[in-house]
Amino acid sequence: MTTDIIAELSARFPPQAVITQHEDLLAYSYDGTPMLQQLPRAAVLVNSREEVAALLALASKHGTPVVTRGSGTGLSGGSVPLEGCIVLCTARMNRVLELDTDNLTIMVEPGVINNEVAMRADAVGLFYPPDPGSMKVSTIGGNVSENSGGLRGLKYGVTRDYVMGLEVVLATGETFFTGNKCVKDVAGYSLKDIFIGSEGTLGVVTKILLKLIPKPAARKTLLAIYERMDEAAATVSAIIAAKIIPCTMEFLDRTTIRCIENYSKVGLPLDCEAILLLESDGHPAAVEEEAKRMEQIAREHGARSISLAKDVEEATKLMTARRMAIPAMARVAPTTILEDATVPRSKLPDMVRFVQKTADKYKLTVGTFGHFGDGNLHPTFLANERNPEEIHRVHQAVTEIFSYAVELGGTISGEHGIGLTKKSFLPGAIGELNVRILGELKRAFDPKGILNPGKIFDQLRSPNDAAARSPAN
Amino acid sequence: MSSSHDSLRTLDYSVIQQCMHCGFCLPTCPTYDATHLERNSPRGRIALMRAIADDRMELTRAFADEMYFCLGCLACMTACPAGVEYSQLFETSRAMAEKSAVLSNPTRRWTRRLMLKGLFTRPRLLRLVGRLLYFYQTTGLQKLFRRLGLVKLLPSRIQQLEPQSPAVRAKFSHQLIAPVETPQNGIIRYRVGLLTGCVQDLVFSNINRDTADVLLANGCEVHTPPVQFCCGSLHGHNGESETSRVLARRNLDLFDIEGLDAIITNAAGCGSHLKTYDRLLAEDKRYAERAAIWSTKCKDISEFLVQIGFRAPTAKPANLPIDKLTYHEACHLCHGQKITVQPRRILKSIPGVRLTELAESTWCCGSAGIYNIIQPAMSQQLLSRKLGHIANTGAAIVATANPGCHLQIENGAKATGSNIQVLHPVSLLAIAYRTE
Repeated sequence: MTTDIIAELSARFPPQAVITQHEDLLAYSYDGTPMLQQLPRAAVLVNSREEVAALLALASKHGTPVVTRGSGTGLSGGSVPLEGCIVLCTARMNRVLELDTDNLTIMVEPGVINNEVAMRADAVGLFYPPDPGSMKVSTIGGNVSENSGGLRGLKYGVTRDYVMGLEVVLATGETFFTGNKCVKDVAGYSLKDIFIGSEGTLGVVTKILLKLIPKPAARKTLLAIYERMDEAAATVSAIIAAKIIPCTMEFLDRTTIRCIENYSKVGLPLDCEAILLLESDGHPAAVEEEAKRMEQIAREHGARSISLAKDVEEATKLMTARRMAIPAMARVAPTTILEDATVPRSKLPDMVRFVQKTADKYKLTVGTFGHFGDGNLHPTFLANERNPEEIHRVHQAVTEIFSYAVELGGTISGEHGIGLTKKSFLPGAIGELNVRILGELKRAFDPKGILNPGKIFDQLRSPNDAAARSPAN
Repeated sequence: MSSSHDSLRTLDYSVIQQCMHCGFCLPTCPTYDATHLERNSPRGRIALMRAIADDRMELTRAFADEMYFCLGCLACMTACPAGVEYSQLFETSRAMAEKSAVLSNPTRRWTRRLMLKGLFTRPRLLRLVGRLLYFYQTTGLQKLFRRLGLVKLLPSRIQQLEPQSPAVRAKFSHQLIAPVETPQNGIIRYRVGLLTGCVQDLVFSNINRDTADVLLANGCEVHTPPVQFCCGSLHGHNGESETSRVLARRNLDLFDIEGLDAIITNAAGCGSHLKTYDRLLAEDKRYAERAAIWSTKCKDISEFLVQIGFRAPTAKPANLPIDKLTYHEACHLCHGQKITVQPRRILKSIPGVRLTELAESTWCCGSAGIYNIIQPAMSQQLLSRKLGHIANTGAAIVATANPGCHLQIENGAKATGSNIQVLHPVSLLAIAYRTE
């Protein structure tokens, strides 16, 4: 092992694929997470499964950590490099391999953008529901690794619910496929499920088989404004109790509404406490009836005003307020810290109030919006990373918010993943034993610990044990 | 006189810090789309700029090259949720790169001095060169030159560019437009200044005439100074910020800014820059105030026409296949000035027009100022993509509102044997009015 991994990589890969120039590496030193930056040793733009396998085999041989990255939009530091690591970038593996309209599946490479899948499906009357906020940018590989959610979680589920199969390259370079086009399959453990949401710590996904569903024929959007948040929460509960599952139930709090209004003057009232954006989709007759029913329920529960979109154009207009949430807040302060604490739906008003109270306590500005239907909140702190004292207060507030979320029976991350930023909160959230099991599982797949080591949890420290079990030896 | 905007290290740090590296710009960036290399993305470029501003990195040749690989199409600004002023960062970076001279070599120095400082700061000289070019093109000299194979004696880059040299007009703007023109019926609703541009003046002086006509038809008294200066966008975008400020001051001196209701430009690339005179001269005590007024009054022609409620024409332009029309959005109109609805409204107001939307209409055509000259390969790739989309619409006319795009698409179409016509929306409107 006297040769250098960079030299070996350069010999194995085409000239432009191995990147070592400082200027290039700087551009791979971050992902979408604020305040995290680390230069990698090199970055490799892979183009095939074979190249991924070759890279991992070399990394295993040299014991060099590998951090896999798609578009780098993650919000928990999952694809931020580690010191001395190689970044494996899948951006060029972006081919759609097969669209099967008989079995309603699509097979893609990991670098395919989420929106590309959505558009390909749409073109043949099908639907790929997971729509994370980054859907125009983020890759399917990244979505699978973080088990991304989106606005449609309540009715349609998240990425996991659409993954039917994965091709995975292990740390040794060995490759296997798990899953198939069958709806039912109980042959062995569901290995694909272990890889979904594993944040690049178990293997590198090189092919993804996704499930598609028929496209809903109609959709109807309505926007309700409330003077009190409890009324909004009561509306949501009543809608669910009425056996309606809307595809979207988005919520904006007072600070978010004010930021949006200041920025875009769309005419939102500044004295209201909550806005709900509700959308029903499906069969036209059902949608029509559901929308009417939702409007009625919103009114009964004290909505100050309700707008029901007559057509697509009006629906788009109503959606504007929700879409403006991040842009409006991002403009208020240099650093936008977007969290994703999640609680059972019924606890959501408690959580929103707690977030506000905590922000007040630490003299911070926070806007909260999110997916009311699935209890997934996005408390968004507006701060300045160049003010360490303020950032410290944000950390204190976030710590309290996470503890409270867990206390309410919720989780510290609904859809962003643990990565680096939430690692320290994980044992408290899921328990020490749970974390240890994760560690054991990682060691089974990646005995040398070269795949995104130290993300999600600290690696178990027992090198002898790891070496004994290594399939590479 | 230098400005804090000439260095990333003195620029207001909050401009750089505004980037939250979310990556939303990635899919909208033509260079990133071509290479999938993060460095070639706006987010990657801003990371490099920030490293320089933080003194974590020297300004290197690789950095300067990267800044010149960027098209400056500003599509990233449309996509950016945080409102990062990329155009400012990009101009500052190029200015800083020029100051550091990392790209400097004798040919580049000579060309830049000749073009940016020599030709494009002296309107009379520019017109003289235009005049010579006109004689070269019309007297048969060009044909002779080409037939004798003399073109081959030119350096290879110039050989490639020679067929692209635009056909210069017989008459320039000042020969077509009087310094002050008043509506025929004598009723003046607005008093406006008209900017005639550089390329627009030599190659598209007819578009300037059309613009004046359309303004007159809508009750505007049109003030057109016969000798105008380059707006400075060419300089601002290419690292000559000091020259761009000099030119901005000269243009400010040329117009009665307080007295005019609007100052009209019909070239998207110019307009996008002209509207930033306030920022450009913010630190200039003598000019800051007037520059601020200028920026509020400077309007793209389509923006102004829609704002004043322009009159829809009543006649259908004859002999033009306006039922097969598509619209290419100049980057500096849709991304630089956020003007997208107005040109379409103008086009649709013309009887007989059937507008077929162009796929990727806001994607750069590769012209990008002088990008087609300095980065020919990337430019050609973008042009082919654009021409492919245009062909798919089946359009016979492409409307576009920027001289760079106009020439790029016209030359590209010609090279592929297509006889598609390129027209400015305001020209189509002028033709419709004239048909009445």
